[in-house]
Amino acid sequence: MSCEKISNALIAYLDGRANVQERSVVEAHLKVCAACQERAEEFRRLWHVMAEVPAVEPSPAFDARLRQRIAAAPKPKFWGWMIPAPRFALSVALLVVLSIWVGGRQPRPANPQIATANSEEQFRMIKDLGVLENYDVLSNFDALSDLPASTQPAQDQQQKPPSNAPGSGSGA
Amino acid sequence: MARSDVQLMLDVKAGDELSFELLLHKYRKPLVNFLCRMVRDQAAAEDLAQEVFFRVYRARKEYSPSAKFTTWLFRIATNLALNAIRDGRYRQMQISIDAPVAEDEPTFQLPSREARADDRLIERERNQMIRGAILTLPEKQRAAVVLHKYHDMDYAEIGKILGCSESALKSLLFRAYETLRVQLALLVARPAVQAAGEGKPHEL
Repeated sequence: MSCEKISNALIAYLDGRANVQERSVVEAHLKVCAACQERAEEFRRLWHVMAEVPAVEPSPAFDARLRQRIAAAPKPKFWGWMIPAPRFALSVALLVVLSIWVGGRQPRPANPQIATANSEEQFRMIKDLGVLENYDVLSNFDALSDLPASTQPAQDQQQKPPSNAPGSGSGA
Repeated sequence: MARSDVQLMLDVKAGDELSFELLLHKYRKPLVNFLCRMVRDQAAAEDLAQEVFFRVYRARKEYSPSAKFTTWLFRIATNLALNAIRDGRYRQMQISIDAPVAEDEPTFQLPSREARADDRLIERERNQMIRGAILTLPEKQRAAVVLHKYHDMDYAEIGKILGCSESALKSLLFRAYETLRVQLALLVARPAVQAAGEGKPHEL
């Protein structure tokens, strides 16, 4: 195996964390490669040299400073739960406002009697639906044969109020 | 029976301030030392360590033990340190071992461990050389070396902290130690050091 290929396993071999397979591969290579043997030895010495650097002691005021900082930090508000998702909260609020606004625009009958009359009329229409969907009844409906078929659209057009035309208002 | 770090943090989450004090007491020194090796000086390291503990405390309500406590703690510390270094908030120590020395500059004498005169000064210069060499490593290599060498963490934990695979980490470590071996060749090659003992990673 080449020096490059064992390089990744070399550190694990030296710190004792290599598995059995890695260890045997590295050991086999070190037996035949003087350069890697020398490198491994220098890594060991390097670790020893690095261990010479002493650890530092945190300053005595470290804990007091931290406590002071924690005490000075603003306390979370009761509505703080909204902070992590302000967009969601805003969306919900907008949806509620929109629902109220749309609900307020629905036409409502001013007089309850009119409302009752409308509902009775709708009920009658629904009741007659079966008749209207019955082809036999409609095809033998005598009243339809009495109507003049060709003149009906023309009459409809003539009956349209002239005020619907653009520019036909009273101010023209 | 001593509570585990995860249990202590869960107790902090439940409102036990004393558990936070215990965690602070246990990890204050390792964290300051880790950050001291990542940034230039101790004051900067302490500022960052304060920020780490403050964030841990602030996030206590959302804490869930998905990883080892140390992994979580050092990941916060590493991210803060890497951001601070990249932002240039903490200038790194500029020591170049190979740089040519100008005639009017005082020469940098290689300290010797056997030298009797002014041992303390020599020791300090050796330490400065080693710290300087570590500080010249790219940030991620530096973090990997410090966690491996000075905190004796295993590859899986360092990989989680740095967000890389074990294989990528081994490669990162090899390149970092190779750079240090070359930079500190004069110290590493000392025969006196050879006899000094084994080079197992040092635990704080």
